[in-house]
Amino acid sequence: MNLISCLHMAVALILAPLMLGVINRTKARVAGRNGAPLLQLYFDLGKLLRKGAVYSRTTTWVFRAGPLIGLAAVLGALLVTPFGKSGAVLAFDGDLVLFAYWLGLMRFVTVLAALDTGSSFEGMGASREVFFSALAEPAFLLGLVGLARATDAISLSTILPSISAATWLAAGPALALIATAWLVILLAENARIPVDDPNTHLELTMIHEVMVLDHCGPDLGLILYGAALKLWVMGALLVSLLTPVRYGVVWQDALVFLGGMLILAVGIGLIESAMARLRLARVPQLLMGASALAVLALMLIMK
Amino acid sequence: MSLVLIAIGLLMASALAALLLSRDPRLATICGVGGAMLAGLAGLIPSLRILLAGDNESFVLAWCMPGGSFHIGLDAVSAVFLIPIFLLTALAALYGGTYLKPFWGKRAIGFSWFCFNLLTACLILVVVARNGLLFLMAWEGMSLASFFLVVFENDKKDAREAGWLYLVATHLGTAFLLIFFALLAREAQSLDFDRIGALAPGIANAAFLLAVIGFGTKAGFLPLHVWLPEAHPAAPSHVSAVLSGVMIKTGIYGLVRTLILLGHPPAWWGWTLVGIGLSSGILGVVYALAQHDLKRLLAYHSVENIGIIALGLGLGALGLSTGHPLVAQLGFAGALLHVVNHALFKGLLFLGAGAVAHGTGTRDMDRLGGLAKTMPWTALTFVIGAAAIAGLPPLNGFVSEFLMYYGALLACLPGGMTNPLPAVGVVTGLALIGGLAAACFAKAFGIVFLGEPRTDAARSAHECGLSMRLPMIILAAACILIGFGAPWAVAALKPAIAGLTSVPAAQIFGGAERPMLLLMELIIGFAAVAGVAVLLGVLQKRLLKNRSVRQAPTWDCGYAAPTPRMQYTASSFALWFVDAFRWILRTERRRSLPKGYFPDAAFMATETPDGFRELVFRPVFTQIRWALASLRWIQHGRLQLYILYIAATLVALLIWYASCL
Repeated sequence: MNLISCLHMAVALILAPLMLGVINRTKARVAGRNGAPLLQLYFDLGKLLRKGAVYSRTTTWVFRAGPLIGLAAVLGALLVTPFGKSGAVLAFDGDLVLFAYWLGLMRFVTVLAALDTGSSFEGMGASREVFFSALAEPAFLLGLVGLARATDAISLSTILPSISAATWLAAGPALALIATAWLVILLAENARIPVDDPNTHLELTMIHEVMVLDHCGPDLGLILYGAALKLWVMGALLVSLLTPVRYGVVWQDALVFLGGMLILAVGIGLIESAMARLRLARVPQLLMGASALAVLALMLIMK
Repeated sequence: MSLVLIAIGLLMASALAALLLSRDPRLATICGVGGAMLAGLAGLIPSLRILLAGDNESFVLAWCMPGGSFHIGLDAVSAVFLIPIFLLTALAALYGGTYLKPFWGKRAIGFSWFCFNLLTACLILVVVARNGLLFLMAWEGMSLASFFLVVFENDKKDAREAGWLYLVATHLGTAFLLIFFALLAREAQSLDFDRIGALAPGIANAAFLLAVIGFGTKAGFLPLHVWLPEAHPAAPSHVSAVLSGVMIKTGIYGLVRTLILLGHPPAWWGWTLVGIGLSSGILGVVYALAQHDLKRLLAYHSVENIGIIALGLGLGALGLSTGHPLVAQLGFAGALLHVVNHALFKGLLFLGAGAVAHGTGTRDMDRLGGLAKTMPWTALTFVIGAAAIAGLPPLNGFVSEFLMYYGALLACLPGGMTNPLPAVGVVTGLALIGGLAAACFAKAFGIVFLGEPRTDAARSAHECGLSMRLPMIILAAACILIGFGAPWAVAALKPAIAGLTSVPAAQIFGGAERPMLLLMELIIGFAAVAGVAVLLGVLQKRLLKNRSVRQAPTWDCGYAAPTPRMQYTASSFALWFVDAFRWILRTERRRSLPKGYFPDAAFMATETPDGFRELVFRPVFTQIRWALASLRWIQHGRLQLYILYIAATLVALLIWYASCL
């Protein structure tokens, strides 16, 4: 733990909502619209935090605790997420498992809060969420096992910074496969097209949005901010994997990383503009495909 | 040591007293509960002391049994298993005292407590026995006592069938154990454990296989688990907690003791255990997802958790055989800690399920709902147990799984095992099991405790009394404590791991304390997240102060007349999983769809019987029964002739014995 990694974490906390602004702006530009301001999510968060609340009579303390624990859990994941080529605040062997399980805790409390409303729509979203993430989790960890073997390390803050041009030359195809698998998982876990559509409010087709239908006011603000942070932490892993440059100078590495995050956000926006949402029954196949890619990558690395 | 003997004596005495006082259910209950709790207190002291100090104690008594000696011992490995036994049986007894009250005057309460305390005494004896014959006698006592506890409600056909299935399964397992001990005794010329030395590889391999089948039947390894999802739900809930929390762990204890006795394991033992762990872990949770009965769901989760423990043992054995001591120590540490953890959270969850059944009269999840309002304490403790069993941080289940993950990841590194396939299997398996278990417990807690009550039974639920709540609260607190106290909990296991890996306790984890420091960082993360959650809670309260906070119905998407029956049910929640795994589950659907323009009643019911029971064991046992029918003439029901059989057998044995002299 040092000052620089704490600063990095503060930057992540501030910039995370911007990712969604960039994605939405990209989508708008591709569709020929001007789109909402880049800082729209900040405005939304500010407004939501100033509002009162309406709670369903069906709900209990579980519903109120869900957003709090969910945001705390994703902050736990951010604590072990490296900032590009610079280590995380908390770095230890095996922290990658903790990373995956903090996101698991976030999902668990979101699902419980959804079930607490007694709404069949939210039950539907919760059921889909747990199924898709149960398929995504092994693929994500398999990718990490491959990277651990390729870099001979088992801490996120050692694995990702030590991925260099030499690593890509030695195990390029495998790393590319892992990156592809992770991109699919990132889209699925963050409720993006082609798995989920963050814009629609037609409950029957949604996963994540439908689970938070009943939240409002400050609670919804915390949920939206938590979702932005989740996109940030998963994106940070992918960007660190894909940028094999390391200058060793703090501000240069930070700029490269932030540039990478910007490109990732634009990329997600382009994917969303170019693709339609998949039929729900196809989503498991997509995630199984991601698992297959991760297994293949592992076989290439272990050969 | 003497306190353990006193505990056994207390249990035996209170068991007899409960039986003698069975005329008066109140006195019998006081005897049973009091005996079990006092014994628990007495036994916890020496177990904790041995665990922390890591020394061995033993006690030998002359015994007139041929081949046997009353040889008992207490070492750190035994202590790891004894602590959950003492803790959980004491708490379950406290809970059971109130839980059985509705049965007073209707059923044999005194006999039930006799069996409960006898079961506890036998559990202790199994774990401390250092002689094969003594071990087998305690093992058999444990099986019989638990059989009578399973058939407590013996006027129900389900309970009787579950009891018979259990009795047959456990004795088949014991048959393998008889051969196992006979084999060891032939090699060592003694049934005392400490005389068993190095064995020839062929004998050791055979002994390992016998132990896996014999002990695996008790532990619930797939496909030997078929009795478990029947017997555990049939028993009263405090008994289910003990059966699932600690009794099936005696199977794991047997396996651990076997690994110690047999010495250095070849690699294929590790492969076998990892394979068993993967199949039990994944299929256990998949079957659990398809269940509607809360206790049956929990029973399948026991199969899953036994699978996780087997993964840890397998990783440990592989680490030993391939010369990776750190991997071995982490694997065994994960397995042993999971033994304790599973006793805590599974005990807690079964007690919670019992409180639900007690408060509503049903265990069918699709008939429950909304209990968090009427049963707040049960709900709070149940959700802690649910998060813990799903392996979520910052609770105890995560810590034991984390140790296994860490060991397996080390084995995957370039400097790790030459063939890292089993280690990759452990990582993938744990990830898959973790995701599925989280889904299953989101379903169990969400459908039972959240939302609106689905039936009148659920609407009129009531919270259980203090003596039932207190055990659940203590167990939930223990789950949190081990989570946040991970470094100390793992440090306390060092002597036991030393016993398993024959490395001095001071050198466990390489002596470099690296895993210890790492666990410290882990709990810094736990503390940070817990602190942030509390701060956010304060923030939420302060933000909403002086603002309008209204109550309204759940957003119904414009539909004007929602009813509680429109909520997602346990079956609909798990539908994705049941569909994805239908090739394993073979869920049966019975339905009558709405017909015509003005449809009247329609229904749909699903049931998932155990595939291994239906497709493997039932055909085989039907054949055996058919084949044995020709021997039925021996069983004619005439007592005189039965006595003649016994006399003839004794005479034959006498002649054989005389000819051997």
